[in-house]
Amino acid sequence: MDLMEYQAKELFARHGVPVTLGRVIDDPADAAAAAAELGGRVVVKAQVKTGGRGKAGGVKLAATADEAVTKAGEILGMDIKGHTVHRVLLAPAAAIAAEYYFSFLVDRANRNYLCIASTEGGVEIEEVAHTNPDAIAKVAIDPAVGVDDAKAAEIVAAAGFPVGAEGVVRKLWDVFIAEDASLVEVNPLVKLADGTLEALDGKVTLDENAAYRHPDHASFEDKASADPLEAAAQEKGLNYVKLDGSVGIIGNGAGLVMSTLDVVAYAGEAHGGVKPANFLDIGGGASAEVMANGLGIILSDAQVKSVFVNVFGGITACDAVSNGIVQALELLGDQADKPLVVRLDGNNVEEGRKILARANHPLVTVVDTMDGAAARAAELAAVAAQN
Amino acid sequence: MAIFLTEQSRVIVQGMTGSEGQKHTSRMLAAGTNIVGGVTPGKGGQSVDFAKRSIPVYGSCADAVKATDADVSVVFVPPRFTLGAVTEAVDAGVPLVVVITEGVPVQDTAAFFAYAQAAGTRVIGPNCPGIITPGESNAGIIPADIAGPGRIGLVSKSGTLTYQMMYELRDFGFSTAIGIGGDPIIGTTHIDALQAFQNDPDTDAIVMIGEIGGDAEERAAAFIKANVTKPVVGYVAGFTAPEGKTMGHAGAIVSGSSGTAAAKQEALEAAGVRVGKTPTETADLMRAVLAVEEVGV
Repeated sequence: MDLMEYQAKELFARHGVPVTLGRVIDDPADAAAAAAELGGRVVVKAQVKTGGRGKAGGVKLAATADEAVTKAGEILGMDIKGHTVHRVLLAPAAAIAAEYYFSFLVDRANRNYLCIASTEGGVEIEEVAHTNPDAIAKVAIDPAVGVDDAKAAEIVAAAGFPVGAEGVVRKLWDVFIAEDASLVEVNPLVKLADGTLEALDGKVTLDENAAYRHPDHASFEDKASADPLEAAAQEKGLNYVKLDGSVGIIGNGAGLVMSTLDVVAYAGEAHGGVKPANFLDIGGGASAEVMANGLGIILSDAQVKSVFVNVFGGITACDAVSNGIVQALELLGDQADKPLVVRLDGNNVEEGRKILARANHPLVTVVDTMDGAAARAAELAAVAAQN
Repeated sequence: MAIFLTEQSRVIVQGMTGSEGQKHTSRMLAAGTNIVGGVTPGKGGQSVDFAKRSIPVYGSCADAVKATDADVSVVFVPPRFTLGAVTEAVDAGVPLVVVITEGVPVQDTAAFFAYAQAAGTRVIGPNCPGIITPGESNAGIIPADIAGPGRIGLVSKSGTLTYQMMYELRDFGFSTAIGIGGDPIIGTTHIDALQAFQNDPDTDAIVMIGEIGGDAEERAAAFIKANVTKPVVGYVAGFTAPEGKTMGHAGAIVSGSSGTAAAKQEALEAAGVRVGKTPTETADLMRAVLAVEEVGV
């Protein structure tokens, strides 16, 4: 889960990282009071989970409380790379002497952690990597040791940070470890006029697999910005991602479902660019209830014109999947009104196909191969779109 | 021969007395796996009866290894106990630990991987279906009846795509099929498996399945170009995945412009790997490769 800046700063503050929390508002009318409270001259910052806010016009300086209202009004409701701005953070304008870049992250390639630090902060680090790679220090961190005094000193020296920055480095490491983050990024980490450091921005990605250790992290979830279908799926414990095509997809196993989306898009090229409508992995079990929940979500997506159920029975038996489909269609009744293409293979496939044949449901077509079924589902979606 | 797992492998199951552990131990036994014990803290001295055999339960990996000389452990314990379970297996000197558990915090994986690496223990997974050497042994949850022994090596991030590919090529069979898992940190990589298959006299050709996220496939492509002389065909899932969304597997995410399926395909093709557009097309590429090998062109 990615956090917004103000949420990241809340976590920073809990671990003693120097930050100014400012005020978060969702109504421009509240900007005047907030700005006055913060001393008048403030920076108004869009709270969205994407980079490049500044370039997109999502960060603006306001000299007075009145101006803060205007700027907040301009930024709230803006669309930044597909993210609608629902909140802005007002923070006092800081007297900045220098801007640095700092991050801790999970290094997938080396299977340890990595610290990236640079005295060239305040701009995108990818840009610095391109224009001035020597200005970027990369320090590997052994998970068995972590960031101790020696490692913090090594990072500060490698980055060229001022002496004394070790303390902030250690505290950011505390955030990374104690909160089970996979990314803690501060850009810029600034040196103020008085020589002290402050995290002026914050980007944190929390590991959802570690949620059981952090019940408090649930409060960071941004329900307002969530897609309504994704929110409904999450409530039912389904692994669902909304896309913008017209073929609804249900499958088992993340890899097979991803592959199913691709194969549908590939087959869809012959039908005017038909695309998948969603990712939905029903996992190992395919009970009638899970199938009904999944189908229910997909069929409530108005963009969906056909549905492709693609299951390889590994542990799951295909007869159980077929029974799940038949019972789900009964449960859904009239709500089930789109054609279903079903492809089954693997464990107990013969019995699975027999069950569907016996049920002889008018909406269900069984196709033997994955590629053939994808082509059929794409064709049905194309035909339905024309009618 | 095969890679990592053979009929000589002596396998223990951590979490064997749990429902998943019990179900899959039964399936592994049916596939011919030489399971010599289970490990559940506090249940040492008990045993679990399966169709043909009763398997003893030990209270710790150390006890199990002392009693059985086990050299493989399959881990079925819940995520919150996985770090402890793998650490225990490493301490007991088990050289191969297969972690099936899904949902392990990445910092726990980083910790047990570092610990295992320092001790020279190979980890497969976490969040993976395990490894099967058809006809010899099965350590994990890959269904043993999909395909029999043969001369194709298979390495995949995805479980169900492993099954699909084994099914597609069931008439040829596999030397070993290994599901390495889709988490951000995994113990055995595509490169580890490619190297082992390259060195395995019983493997003639390799299927490599990747998916979005990270750059493991790109690094594997560079490795293939430099080190692999056996034919490799590839498949990559996730071309239609949107940026910034996790697609089921914790590691399956396109971040900005990195980790895309297109970049992986391009890297593999630049290394001479033929990449299929669908699993079936990938299997057909492998058939063509094997047909050429057959006539010795």
